[in-house]
Order: sequence, then structure tokens, then C-alpha cells
Amino acid sequence: MGYTIHYNGKDYDCGDTETVLDALLRHGESVPYSCKAGVCHSCLMQALKGQPTEASQAGLKETLKQRNFFLPCSCVPQVDMTVALAGEAELHHVSAEVIDKTPLNAHIMRVRLRPEGEFSYHAGQFVNFFRDESVVRSYSLASVPALEDFLELHVQRLPGGQLSPWIHDQLAVGDKVMLSEALGDCFYTRRDPAQPLLFIGTGSGLAPLYGIVRDALQQGHRGPIYLYHGTRSREEIYLVDELRELAAAHDNVHYQPCLSREEAAGFAHGRANEIALERHPDLKGWRAYLCGNPNMVEASKKKIFLAGAALGDIFADAFVHS
Amino acid sequence: MSQSLYEQIGGEAAVNAAVDIFYRKVLSDERINGFFEGVDMDKQAAKQKAFLTMAFGGPHNYTGKDMREGHAHLVARGLDDSHFDAVMENLAATLKELKVPDQLIAEAAAIAESTRNDVLGR
Repeated sequence: MGYTIHYNGKDYDCGDTETVLDALLRHGESVPYSCKAGVCHSCLMQALKGQPTEASQAGLKETLKQRNFFLPCSCVPQVDMTVALAGEAELHHVSAEVIDKTPLNAHIMRVRLRPEGEFSYHAGQFVNFFRDESVVRSYSLASVPALEDFLELHVQRLPGGQLSPWIHDQLAVGDKVMLSEALGDCFYTRRDPAQPLLFIGTGSGLAPLYGIVRDALQQGHRGPIYLYHGTRSREEIYLVDELRELAAAHDNVHYQPCLSREEAAGFAHGRANEIALERHPDLKGWRAYLCGNPNMVEASKKKIFLAGAALGDIFADAFVHS
Repeated sequence: MSQSLYEQIGGEAAVNAAVDIFYRKVLSDERINGFFEGVDMDKQAAKQKAFLTMAFGGPHNYTGKDMREGHAHLVARGLDDSHFDAVMENLAATLKELKVPDQLIAEAAAIAESTRNDVLGR
């Protein structure tokens, strides 16, 4: 027997192992959500009655915890609860105007947005992008605040997706969209400007890495920077010219595009993560940034740790790119 | 004034230094790393930290009941004395690598050893 969730003037049953979010969705309520893993915070709610579980408040700011905010995607209730969606004030929504849409290849659209009002972020963080109140997805920022006055997203078209086909086909320059504040802790910090940095990304997971690499250089990083970007074929890889130019302009930047299903001059043949680990078997003292396919990220995180990098030096976007 | 074991080992800084070394040893140990397949590394590292803090005689909230419940799914998958012994070896090797004196290693090992029956659900 589970507990009862009171939401929107109605009572809903919630199974013993079911989360509040899953129960509400099962009963046909429309609640914004994206990662369902406690990372993106797009489903943030407030408990008006009934204490939220500790797990559902992990990672929230103290001020939000004290006011009984929680993440329904991570809350298997232990008591009956009355819950409400968080207000705009808690979510820090920002309106932004689409100022440019340029295809980077057949599958990836570069979208540039100008936020209305102040928007502070670190290159490599992500935003939640709202199509309307219930359709929201997380996208990493490829732009660098010190270099660019716009926000840049690389949106991969996922056939049948709720948001990416709409962004590709419907969204137009001049349209206004809602974004969350910037979230996530996958970004550059200038702790040791001589530390070697390893970047591994697949597909549009390049977006945050493109931001972080340029941010590190802008902040004066002197240590070697190795960037491995992988896709299956030539048709899917992108920003190759820009990254080759970046590497040519900086002695410490080494860029290796990798194709897993195609052999071509100028590209390594194989998976980006495997090629990177083969070339850098000893990563003691290194910092690593990983982004893209979740299986690649998980497997590489472990291999990089076993190759000697400290756990605290491995940064990965925790949300699934979908 | 005698210092506590936790203070003598070096407190939280020692735990932080030990957690990466210990976790790397555990993940590399073929006898036990199967139990860690598919486990979120950051969450696991936080648990390793709590475990090491306890073994070092530091503040902790573990109870025998937590130990039982936290490992019950692993006992169901065959967790036994041989695996517990492997973890004990990795703990001692970690402390040796950090140049902790043998006497203190023995004290930490005794604290970890005291959880054996709870961990193994006996």
C-alpha cells in the first residue's frame, strides 16, 4: 500500500515504489520534467503537507530545502503529501529571444538566444528549455560568457522527440522562449592552470566541451588540452574546421575527431573514448570532462578513474541527452 | 591527553586522501568488483567516505540495522566472508600506502571488522 498525493485539488494514489512524479503522470497530470534523475530540477515542487524524503532534496539549495521544496522524480513518499508546482520565482525563469538558427550538419541545429535581462552562467552548464508548461528538455551551453553575448545550444534532432523536432522545424528567429537559470557543475575552474585536461564527447555532447575548452583558454589555461570528439560517420561530425583552427591557434590544444564506422583522412577510426584512453593510459593528476552518450560517459568515468585521475577531477554531465 | 584514532590518522583530510585510493583498489579487485557493476560512482564514493570515516574512528551514523539493510541485496547475490576479507585487505593496503603506522591500521581494521556479521546478514 502506498500513500496519497493531493495535487491540483485531487487525491491520487502512489504505489510503494512509485515516485510522486510517476504517480502524477500515470494519473494524467501534466507536470514539467526532463531527466527523471534528480539532476535537471525541472520538476521542482513544494510540499505543502507531508515531509519530502531526504533523497528528493539532495542537491537543492538550503533555502529551498527549508521551504520543503523537493524533486518529485526522486521522491517515493513515506507519508501522505499535498504538493504544488514551484512558482516562477523559485525556478528563476528567464525569457530569451532566438537571434540565430544555423544548421551545423543534417542533424544538429545551432540555436543562439539572447536572454532578456541578466543571465549569469559558466560555459558547460545547461539550461532547461521550455516549449510550454509541460514540455521541457535540458540543453548544454556551448557559448562562453566572456566571449559571447548570446547563449548557444546545439540541438540534435531526435525523431519523435517532444522538443527537438519543434526547435528544428517550428522555432523561428525573433521568437521568445523560456529558459531556466543555468544549472550543473560541469565547468572549468582555474585551480591549476598547468593541469592536463582531457575532453571526450560524442554527438552533440560536444556543445558543453566546446564552451569549456574555449573558457579554459580564455581564463589562461596553459596545460595541455586534449579534445576527442566522436560520431559514427563524417555526416554526423561537426565544428571540425572551427576546432582545427582553435588547435592551430593554441600550441596546447590538441583536437582529434573520431569516426567509429567510417575511415577517412584526418579522422581517427574508432570510438572517441577508446582512442583517448589508449593514447593516455596514465591520467594521474589529470582533469577530465565527459559528455554525450550516457553509456560512454559511465564507462569512461570508471576507466579514467582507474587510470589514475581523482574522482573529484572527473566532470560529467549527469543528464541524458535526449 | 591522548588523541582519538580519528585525530591520529588525520581526520577528514585523511579520509579524503584515502577514499580515491581505496575505491580504486576495490574497483580493480576482481574478487569483488562485480558487486560494483552499474553503481553510480559519485554515490558510491560518498558511501566509501562514510565507511572510511567510521573505520578511522570518526563521526558516523551507521547502525547495525543500516549495515544489514544496505548489504542485503549483495548477500542475496552471494556476498560472503571471502569478499569481506578482500575489502579488509584493500583497507589495510590503502592505509599502508598513506603511511599510516601499523598500530593505527590495526585499530581501524578492528573497527571495520566489528561490522562483519551485520554486513553479511548474520
